[in-house]
Amino acid sequence: MKSFISCHMVRLLIGMIALGIHLVGYGEEAKPLAANPALEAQVMNIAAELRCLVCQNETIAGSHADLALDLRSQIRQQLISGKSKQEIMAYMVERYGDFVLYKPPVQSNTWLLWFGPFLLLVVGFIMLVRYAHNATSASEETTDGDDLVRARDLLTIAEKEPQ
Amino acid sequence: MKRFFPLILFSGLCVFLLLGLQLNPKEVPSPLIGKNAPDFSLPILNQSKQTFTPHSLKGKVWLLNVWASWCVSCREEHPLLVNLAKQQIVPIIGLNYKDKDEPATEWLKLMGNPYQLSAVDRLGDVGINYGVYGVPESFLIDQQGLIVHKFLGPLTENTIQNELMPLLAKLQVQSRKSP
Repeated sequence: MKSFISCHMVRLLIGMIALGIHLVGYGEEAKPLAANPALEAQVMNIAAELRCLVCQNETIAGSHADLALDLRSQIRQQLISGKSKQEIMAYMVERYGDFVLYKPPVQSNTWLLWFGPFLLLVVGFIMLVRYAHNATSASEETTDGDDLVRARDLLTIAEKEPQ
Repeated sequence: MKRFFPLILFSGLCVFLLLGLQLNPKEVPSPLIGKNAPDFSLPILNQSKQTFTPHSLKGKVWLLNVWASWCVSCREEHPLLVNLAKQQIVPIIGLNYKDKDEPATEWLKLMGNPYQLSAVDRLGDVGINYGVYGVPESFLIDQQGLIVHKFLGPLTENTIQNELMPLLAKLQVQSRKSP
């Protein structure tokens, strides 16, 4: 765990130092960004649904990790070569698994994830109804009982003490 | 019984949370396990006129180790690889990932070279094909060219003894049964 973090941090550092060199190296790839905003929007649209595996709480669109950059350029290349969004998504899943998808697909091993909350909601609702039912019937009984006893007492008192 | 229901519910939740704490979110199971190792053809480090392709190792069990001179965890792992190479149990092929030739060569001179050869993946395209996201990573590939196991992060003495060695032994037994 620690080694990963340090690995990443050092990569970042080296990346920063090497930025000057990198800018030259990546100059060609940066061009289409300005040249074709429509394509870039498409790239970002797809990247926003993919998880960056280095910084797992970021999308590939939002992450500055090296891998995210690489995968964005991979998406760009595939879009240029005419691949559809579905094909690109499938390409990513083939390599990185379902985990790469920010929106997990509905399949047998994610049923609990997708439908679990609704199941809990139903269970909660049933428990609520049962609880409420028990509570009202119980309270009805006690008030009834108390009232009856009080009424009887009052009546007996009234009978014993004529006006 | 009814009185203990919340306690049981809470304990159940605790068990799940505890199990969750044991998991390492960085360890994403690779969908490539059991599949064919993606083919590639890359120049060999310091032998730029020659190329390496995994196809040439068909029939052998081998280890593909993704490494880079900028990777700090690789430094941790490297002596173990050198040691493993000395034992000549399994051929180790390096995939020099998003590195430059000079520092990579320098690194091998300094730390020892456990690799039969290192394929140069300068742009990381092959790395993407192998689903590499945290260098170092190692792939154990069998005689048929299938990925048997992926070691994420640096190999340790523990993973070598308790995961790699048993897998290698198993693969060797299999190959003896079906020559």
